[in-house]
Order: sequence, then structure tokens, then C-alpha cells
Amino acid sequence: MSWLILAPILVPAGTAFVSLLLWRHLFWQKALAVLGAGGTLAASLWLVGAVHAQGVMATQLGNWPAPFGISFVADHLSAVMTALAALMGFAAAVYALGDVDEARFRHAFFPLFHILLMGVNGAFLTGDLFNLYVWFEVLLIASFALMALGGGRIQMDGAVKYAFINLFSSLLLLSAIGLTYGMTGTLNMAELALLLPETGAAGLVTTVAMLFLVAFGIKAAIFPLFFWLPASYHVPPVTVSAYFAGMLTKVGVYALIRAFTLLFAQDTSYTHTLLLWLSGVTMLSGVLGAAAQFEFRRILAFHSVSQVGYMVMGLALMSPLALAGSLVFMVHHSLVKANLFLVSGVAKRLAGSFQLRKLGGLYQSAPALSAIFVLAAFSLAGFPPLTGFWAKFLLVRAGLELEAYAIVAAALLTGLLTLYSMVKIWAEAFWKPLPEGSAPEPERVGALAAFYLPMLLLAGATLLLGLFFTPLLALAEGAARELLDPAHYIRAVLGEGARLGEGP
Amino acid sequence: MESLLALTIGALAASGVYLMLRRNLLRFILGLALLTNAVNLVILAGGRVTRGHPPLIPAGEAGLAPPFANPLPQALILTAIVIGFGLLSYALVLLYRAHEELRTLDAEAMRAAEPEEGDPEVEP
Repeated sequence: MSWLILAPILVPAGTAFVSLLLWRHLFWQKALAVLGAGGTLAASLWLVGAVHAQGVMATQLGNWPAPFGISFVADHLSAVMTALAALMGFAAAVYALGDVDEARFRHAFFPLFHILLMGVNGAFLTGDLFNLYVWFEVLLIASFALMALGGGRIQMDGAVKYAFINLFSSLLLLSAIGLTYGMTGTLNMAELALLLPETGAAGLVTTVAMLFLVAFGIKAAIFPLFFWLPASYHVPPVTVSAYFAGMLTKVGVYALIRAFTLLFAQDTSYTHTLLLWLSGVTMLSGVLGAAAQFEFRRILAFHSVSQVGYMVMGLALMSPLALAGSLVFMVHHSLVKANLFLVSGVAKRLAGSFQLRKLGGLYQSAPALSAIFVLAAFSLAGFPPLTGFWAKFLLVRAGLELEAYAIVAAALLTGLLTLYSMVKIWAEAFWKPLPEGSAPEPERVGALAAFYLPMLLLAGATLLLGLFFTPLLALAEGAARELLDPAHYIRAVLGEGARLGEGP
Repeated sequence: MESLLALTIGALAASGVYLMLRRNLLRFILGLALLTNAVNLVILAGGRVTRGHPPLIPAGEAGLAPPFANPLPQALILTAIVIGFGLLSYALVLLYRAHEELRTLDAEAMRAAEPEEGDPEVEP
């Protein structure tokens, strides 16, 4: 049994537990939070290195052999996603030190935050469908609490919408899991990959696949299931928005990728065509929604929807290049979108509002902030040599190779409209002078490092991964290879003796 | 037995969905509770309904002789019930707090986070 795979789950679990014990000692809670997030980051980077060196790794809890025990599996996709989640977690933990108020800290902000990290990593690493449901619930309950913490009018409204739609999606997921168990008698994903093509009821399998699509689609915020996201992502503190936007929709996208490469890759002419249509409409509806908004964070929330479309596009095209593009896009989008949310938080502190009409003059008063915003916005719009360019380049090229011209046109048009919204934010918040009557909040001295360090970290990652793109591409290609040939995954979980000859 | 189970699941799911489509959010939660139970029964039915023995290996034997009741769905349902109960109680408390803040349980009237053109803009 390898503890390495479990480390990205155990470290935040331990951190959450100890910080609950430190209930009254806020200073130590804060110190531990940063330390714990750093430890998670180290553990998951280690895992990425190990997976890249050895291929897919699996461990069975309590040494019960699969499929009887509970499997945890780390392939390239899961390992990179845990590293990404931990990087976001680290940046958010540091930013929270300046951003989150004392009352929230006193009501267990950091324990909840680490439970959220644990749930996210658990969802990435589990090899069992029912456990996936359990990890989803762990991260959901933590995210509900983080969203509602503070309890203002607008927050209650956002939290109710967020919580209720996600509870409904969990029920759909659970019923899909029940039906899968009824069809095959197992919930181990590797064994399902072997058994599902043999059930002899292709129609039933596709029906269950659609239930999974809706359940994960709500969590990933694809069209037409995204309406809860712009309703809720702008209500909690900026730290929480940033982490949610950077990571939580990716958990849904990750689950979609896992389900539709490993489990439901038989009737691709139906399922993946549907995914392709959904991805195109998601891109366009998200970006058009953003164009209509005039609140900093709501623009960013609508953009998150449109960017999810790109990630699903890679899954729908299902070629090695496209899947690699999906993974690169997830890495790119987390770094950039979280960073833009963090920028919006500092902008609100400097100029006193999230409303673009009331913002202004930030280019003069905060040149460093402007530089970070420009870098992130350019990456989001897809300018070379930043990560966004590479992600879109891979996806567009994969689309052209498969002659899916409509989706390529949608992707390029979305890129153009993204640029329009970013220019709108730039012109309103940074370029135009501060309007009369706006009252900036006085800057809290000492919090500056907490604000700028995570932003610089994420901006630096965007720039460096864009300039030195080869390592990320190697990881993404490794992930694509494993996703397209589930034999790696199945053999790692079920052992060398798995009946691969009869499988897909 | 299966058909009775199927009818029960159908009735629970139908009433659950009907309640969830109402504008009053308290009814949404009640509908959610019914639907949770329907889904739990789906898992139970997924494990096949058998009139069998408990899955306990008698002393001196090496394994179980079929037919025996499938224990796995019951373990899954137990987990799902616990999680569902926790989430349901959280949802009730959240709704109570939301009612205190917003003075309404009407889904259409809850627009604090998404003000329409002309509504006074609220800062969080």
C-alpha cells in the first residue's frame, strides 16, 4: 500500500483536524493553514514526478485486492489535477490572510478550507464510483459552508442557489451509480471499464451515461446547466471565489473526462457528438453572458462558463492532441481565472467597489496590479507566449485535424469575445479616471504581501509555463495516452492478470 | 416484489420532482428528501431483491451458499442515508438563515445576488 498516492488527501485532512483543535488560537491556525497547503503542494508535486516516471500508480486501502477493496489511482491526469488544486490552495491560503475577515476566521474558515482541499484531491484520486460520490459530498459540504460563512443578504441568496442545485446533481449522480451497480455488479472504475462494453444493453449504458453527463455537467457548469455559477460565485470573499472558480468546476470536468474516456467510450458517435455540441454552445453562451455584465466578478464568473466549453471540447474530440489540449487548458484556466479573481479583490480594496462603473484609475494608483491583470487577461484571451495560447493552439489544431470546423470557429470567436470583455474591464477599471464620489477603502498596511505574493506566484506560473511549455506538454501527452488506452489504468488497478484481451 | 419496489420508487420520485418544481423553497427541500429516498431504493433494487439468508458464513464453512442477501447495496445506502441526512439538515438551516435575511422563500423573489437592471445594486 503506497502512502504517496494518499498523501494529497491525508495532508489536508491532518491540517483540518489540527486546526480544529487550534480553534481559539487564530495565529497558529493561520500559520498551519499556509504550512498545510504548502505540504499538500509538495506531496502532489512529488506524486506528479512519481507518476511521470512509473506510469499509472494504484493503491488498495487495507490491502484488500481490487475490486473488493477501495482503490486509489493516480495517473497523469489525476496527478496533475492534484498538483493544480494544491497550487491554487496554497495561493488562496496566503491571500486569505489579508482578505478574509476576523469573524470568518473565528468561524472555522481554515478548517473548512482544508476539508475542501481534501475533498477535491479525493475526487481526483479515487478509483471507485461510490467513493467519487462521497468525495463530491465532502467538497460540496465544505464549499456550501465557505460560501455561506458571513451570512449577508446577498450571500444567503447565492448560497441557497449554489447548494440546492448541487444537492440535486448529487442525487442524479447517486442514482446513476445505483443503476451502474445494478447493470454490472461493481463500482470499481477499472472493472467497470471491462464490464460495461459487455453488458449487452448498449442503450441502457448510454442512458446511464446521460445521467452521469447531467450530474457532472451541473458541477462543471456546461450549457444549459450553468445558471447557478454566475448566481453564486461573486458572493463569498474573493479568496473563496478564486478557489471555486479555479478548481471546483474542474472537478466536474475531470469527472466528465474520467467517465467519458474510461467508462463510456463505446457509443462515441452519440455521446461525444452531444458533448461537442454542448461544448460549443457553452463557450458562446458564457462569453455572451459576460459581455452583458458590468460587475467585475460576474464577468469573470460568466467567463468561467465559456472556458469550461474549451475543456469539454477537448474531451469531445477524443484525439490525443485534443485530450492533451484539455488538460493544458485546465491548468491554464485555473492559474489565470483564480488570478483574475484575486486582482478583482485588490481592485475592490483600492477603489471601493466591484462595479466597473464605480471603478477607475487603477493603472495610475497600482501599476503592479495592472501588469498582473494584463498578463492574466492576455493569457485568457490566448496571446502567445502565455499558457492560454498553447492551450487554444492545441485544441484548435486538434479540431482542424479532425475537420471539426464548426467547433474551431466557435472556439476562435469565443477567444475574440473574451478579449472584448477583458478590454472592457481594462478600460473601465484601470484606464478611465476614478469617478467622482467613489470612496476607496484605506489600504491595510502589512496585508500587501499577502495580496501580491499569491498573485505574483500565479502570474509567474502562467508566464513560465508559457515560455517553457515542453514539460507541461509532456505531462499532458502522457495523460492523453493513458486516457485513450484504458489498459494502463485497468492493469494498474486490477493487476497484470486482468482480462484485457476481451476488453476494449 | 420488484414491481412493487419500482412503483414505490416511481411514486416517490414523481412526488419529489413535483415538489421541487414549486417556487416555495421549503417544498423544494421536502421534494429533495423524497427524491433521496427514491434514489436509495434504486440502489437497493440495483443489488437484486432476493429472499435469501443474511450474508454470514456459518462456523466451519469456507464460503456462502447462494441465495444470500447482497450486503453491498445496504452498505452503500447506509452511507448515502447518512450523507443525505447531513446535507438535508444543512439545507434546512441554510434556508432558515436565508429566510431571516431575505424575508422570503419564493425562488423567483430571491434576486439579491443577481439584481436586474434598475434594482439597487448591493455590495457584498
